[in-house]
Amino acid sequence: MTDSVRSALEQDGPTLERVDSHLNPPASYDLADHPVPTGREEVWRFTPLKRLRGILDGEASDAHLTWETSLPAGVTLSTITTEEARELGELPPNERPAALAVALAGGAALLDVAAEAELDEPVVLRLKGTSVDDLVWGHLVLRIGAHARATIVLEHTGSARYCATTSVLVGDGAEVNVLSLHDWDDDAVHLARDGIRVGRDARVRHTAISFGGDLVRMHANVEYAGPGGEAELLGLYFADAGQHIEHRLFADHTAPNTKSHVVYKGALQGQGAHTVWVGNVLIRKVAVGIETYEENRNLVLTDGCQADSVPNLEIETGEIEGAGHASATGRFDDEQLFYLRSRGIEEAEARRLVVHGFFNDLVRKVGVPELEERLLATVEEELEKNVSHGGSAPASPRGTV
Amino acid sequence: MSTLEIKDLHVSVDTEDGPKEILKGVALTIKDGETHAIMGPNGSGKSTLAYSIAGHPKYTVTGGTVTLDGEDVLAMSVDERARAGLFLAMQYPVEVPGVSVSNFLRTAKTAIDGEAPKLRTWVKDVNAALQRANLDPSFSQRSVNEGFSGGEKKRHEIAQLELLDPKVAVLDETDSGLDIDALKVVSQGVNRFAEAGDKGVLLITHYTRILRYIKPDFVHVFVDGKIAEEGGSELADQLEAEGYDKYTRAAV
Repeated sequence: MTDSVRSALEQDGPTLERVDSHLNPPASYDLADHPVPTGREEVWRFTPLKRLRGILDGEASDAHLTWETSLPAGVTLSTITTEEARELGELPPNERPAALAVALAGGAALLDVAAEAELDEPVVLRLKGTSVDDLVWGHLVLRIGAHARATIVLEHTGSARYCATTSVLVGDGAEVNVLSLHDWDDDAVHLARDGIRVGRDARVRHTAISFGGDLVRMHANVEYAGPGGEAELLGLYFADAGQHIEHRLFADHTAPNTKSHVVYKGALQGQGAHTVWVGNVLIRKVAVGIETYEENRNLVLTDGCQADSVPNLEIETGEIEGAGHASATGRFDDEQLFYLRSRGIEEAEARRLVVHGFFNDLVRKVGVPELEERLLATVEEELEKNVSHGGSAPASPRGTV
Repeated sequence: MSTLEIKDLHVSVDTEDGPKEILKGVALTIKDGETHAIMGPNGSGKSTLAYSIAGHPKYTVTGGTVTLDGEDVLAMSVDERARAGLFLAMQYPVEVPGVSVSNFLRTAKTAIDGEAPKLRTWVKDVNAALQRANLDPSFSQRSVNEGFSGGEKKRHEIAQLELLDPKVAVLDETDSGLDIDALKVVSQGVNRFAEAGDKGVLLITHYTRILRYIKPDFVHVFVDGKIAEEGGSELADQLEAEGYDKYTRAAV
C-alpha cells in the first residue's frame, strides 16, 4: 500500500455509525434540534434552569468580555467567520447552549499554534466580564498544529451571563495542555462547552477548575480524529453555599487504540452547595484496543450540601485494553483525622491538611507550575470560609456509585 | 517524672448486636524509665488498650481511669492527649494522600511544642531521624504513608517517635510484619527513646521475637480483656517456649 492510498483510506475511513443514546443527544448546528429544555430531559435534570437568567431564550447580544492576552512567539490570534470555524472540523454543538453560542457569537476567535512550535511559556487568555446584566455569546477555536507543544490557559473572572463554545483541535502528534479556570464573581452564570478533537497520536490534557460563579455548567467532550490519541480530563471544583457547579464529561472513543483518563475532584461546603458530575464514555465498535478510566471524588465538608455523581459507560466492543470508573462521595475520613490528631494536631488543622491533601495530588497533575501555587492558595481561601466553623454532623449526600 | 496509670479500665465497642465489652478491668502503671511489654493472643484486646489510651472514637470507656502524671487522660481530646505527652505507634498507620511527610512532621512538632521548630535545625533533625530509621531523605517529600511498604510505615512511626519526643510511647504491634533488618531498626529506635531515661514504653506484641532486641522490665500476659499474669523478662522466655495455650485454655 502506498502512502497516498493509506492516507486516503484513513481520511475517508468508515463513517461513524450513529449511536442513539439518551445520555448524548446527537450533535447538530441546527437550533431546531436543540429545543428549549423543560428540565425533565436527562441532560438537564440536575440544572436549576431558572438560575440561567434567560440565557437559553437565545436573545441576540453584542456584549463582550474584555480580553487580555499573552501570546508567545508561534501563536497568533485572529477572527474567523462561523462558517470557517465549522470547516476547521470542530465538534458540532451537542446541546442548546453550545448551538446558541455558535449561532449568536457572530464569528469565532481563532488561536493558532503553528505546527511544530514548542512554546516555552503558556498562552494566557484572560477573559473578564463587567456585570451579570451583560449577556455574552462566545465562540473560540484553539488550533494546535501537528507536533506542536503548547500550554493554553483560559481565565474567567468578573461577572457576566456567558455562554461559550470552545473547540480544541489538536493536530497529529501534538501535545497540548488546556486549562480553563472559572474564578467568577458570586453572581456570574457560565455555560460552557469545550469540544476537543484529538489528532492521531496526539496528547491533550484538559483541566477545568471551578471556584466562583452562581451557576457554572461545563461540558468537556473528546473525540478522536485518528488512532493513538490520548486525552486526560481533569477537574477541580469547590462549591460554597448556594453555588451550583456542574461538570459533564463525554469521551467518545471514535478511533482505535485511543485513551481517555478522567479525574474530577470537588469539595462542597455550606447550605445549598450543589455539585454535579456526569461522566459519559462511549466505546464505539471501531474503538478496539482503547483504554478508559474515569473517576470522581467529592468531599463533603458541612451539612446542607448535595453532590451528584453519575458515571456512565456504553460499550459496543469488548475488544479493549481496559475500561473502568469510580465515584465516591464522602465526609472526612475519620481514620485520617484520628491519625493526624494522635500526633497533636488540632481538629481544624487536621481537616485543613486532609482537604489540602485531597486536592494536592490533582493540582500536581495539572502541569502548569505557574498556576499550582495559586490554585492551592485559592483552595486555602475557600477553606478559610469554613474550617473555623468546624461543622461535623453527618450529612446524607446523594451519590450514585 | 512521668507516670501513666491505668486503673480498672473497662472499654466496649458498638457491634451489630449492641455494645461488646473488650477490656474487662485493666490495671497497669508505667513509670518513667520503665519498659512494659504486653503480650497476648489475637483478639485478647491488646490493640483496644492502645487505641483507648490514644482516644480513638470507636472505643467507649465504660469504667476506670487513665491518668498521666495525675492528669485525667480520658477527659482529653485525641490531640490533647498527644500534646500531654502520649504517643501511639500504630499497627496500621493511615495514608494521608497529598500531605507530605515533611509538612506533616512540621505541623505535628509545632502543635506539640506550641511553637514552630527552628527551620535550620529542624531540617537536619528530620533528615537524621529518617536516616536512623533507615529511610531515604526523599521520604520527606512523599505523601504520608502513601505507597509505603509495611516496613517503611513502621519505621516512619519510629522516626516520628524520635522527633515528637513524647513522655510515654505506646507501640501497637510495631513489630508485626517486619523482616529482621526492619525489626532491628525499629528496636534500636525504641531503645534510643527508652534510654533517654525519663520515658515510659508500653510495647504491645503478639510475638516474643522483638524482645530479643528490646529488654522489657515487666511482661504482662493479656488474655480476654485483662492481664492474666505479670512477671519480668523471664516470662517472655516462658511464653516463647510454651505459647499462650495455658492462658487461653484457662480463659475458656
